[in-house]
Amino acid sequence: MLTKRIIACLDVDGERTVKGVQFADLRHAGDPAELALRHAASGADEIVLLDISATHEQRATLLHTVRRTACELFIPFCVGGGIRTLEDAARVMDAGADKVSINSAAVSHPELIGQIAARFGSQAVVVAIDARRTADNVTGCSGEVMLRGGRQSTGLDVLAWAQKAAQLGAGEILLTCMSQDGTRAGFDCAVTALVARAVPIPVIASGGAGSPQHFVDVFQHGHADAALAASIFHFGEHAIASVKQTLATAGIPVRWPC
Amino acid sequence: MMAIVDYGAGNIASVERALRACGAECRVTSLPDEVRGAAKIVLPGVGNFAATQELARSGLRQTILERVAVGVPFLGICVGMQWMLEGSHEAPGVAGAGWLAGHCERFPHNAKCPHVGWNQLAKVRESRLLAGVEDNAFVYFTHSYFVAAGAGDVARTDYSVVLSSAVERENIFGVQFHPEKSGDVGLKILRNFLAI
Repeated sequence: MLTKRIIACLDVDGERTVKGVQFADLRHAGDPAELALRHAASGADEIVLLDISATHEQRATLLHTVRRTACELFIPFCVGGGIRTLEDAARVMDAGADKVSINSAAVSHPELIGQIAARFGSQAVVVAIDARRTADNVTGCSGEVMLRGGRQSTGLDVLAWAQKAAQLGAGEILLTCMSQDGTRAGFDCAVTALVARAVPIPVIASGGAGSPQHFVDVFQHGHADAALAASIFHFGEHAIASVKQTLATAGIPVRWPC
Repeated sequence: MMAIVDYGAGNIASVERALRACGAECRVTSLPDEVRGAAKIVLPGVGNFAATQELARSGLRQTILERVAVGVPFLGICVGMQWMLEGSHEAPGVAGAGWLAGHCERFPHNAKCPHVGWNQLAKVRESRLLAGVEDNAFVYFTHSYFVAAGAGDVARTDYSVVLSSAVERENIFGVQFHPEKSGDVGLKILRNFLAI
């Protein structure tokens, strides 16, 4: 049976892993290559490395970090952040990524999705969407696509954009619900379900993981195909093993033992 | 020396890294002469089946067919395994090797596609490729087209259909999943291929 994936995310600034609470107030959490291997050994199904560098110098360093991380990592490895062109994607793939995640560049240049898919295959293209919930009513909820860490509105409807991304050749959607990100208050199951039930490709839920039960909720009520978290894994709280054991007890298929 | 055939389809560096980690002496090559001299041939591949038409254009297809016919061990990974069939509905008219009957099919609409993630290998019979791999072991898949269950299967996997996840016949081997991305289980399978 296909299992639900638990994905460990590393937010990387140059050579360092950091993690923000609602994208601010960053804390140091070690070397990305070392952390990636540690997460893989402790049961992560996949690693996402998200470049949050602000400068060109840091971005150049990032490729070195990707190369070092990929070197001994024998589970799927996705790299995102700052990928704006096919050439950016190719550099990251050449450095050892299996997939790239694209966010704002896909919004401004949707054809980039198809370009990367044509060169590397749809399975290599993850479209990351930062969503802000905009309405709740009897028929459900809706959300707006946000950019620049939630600081910029687009006016785009989350569901419409996710469906378009799938049509254009995305292999997966990485859906981060902004109101939850870094809060550890749980995933936004309503927005996740809205997208996951409507698109024909897998949806990775992100934003808000704080306890093993939150993962149960996002699979049972959010209908996610995978769930991503960062800080709760880095600092040794709620190790991936305990998340997977909680999921297995709830009857959700997971890869265990790894 | 093992040849990892490069025909411009996606990213094959991870296959090379994993094989080297298993102790293989290998070379990524797009030259028929280098493939001709190789003791083993690995055909990786991600993405679209249409990319395999480059094998015919470059002469690699003919070289691979000739070498496999004289007993050189061959491992096809993902699209590389799909190429072992006659063809694929993903790219009608592009010929595979034809070692296995039939064409790859797309997953039915009731399943999310691509099939992405860790799924299980239900072993069908004992094999050299999966020796020492436990029944129901988890491996990583990412594909939109599949090989239907057939006579050459050594493992099958359930994902809305029952698909062939590993095949073995004499010196030809194929895996639909990515052993290079399947952790210790995947490395074990690559080491088994190295030992053949």
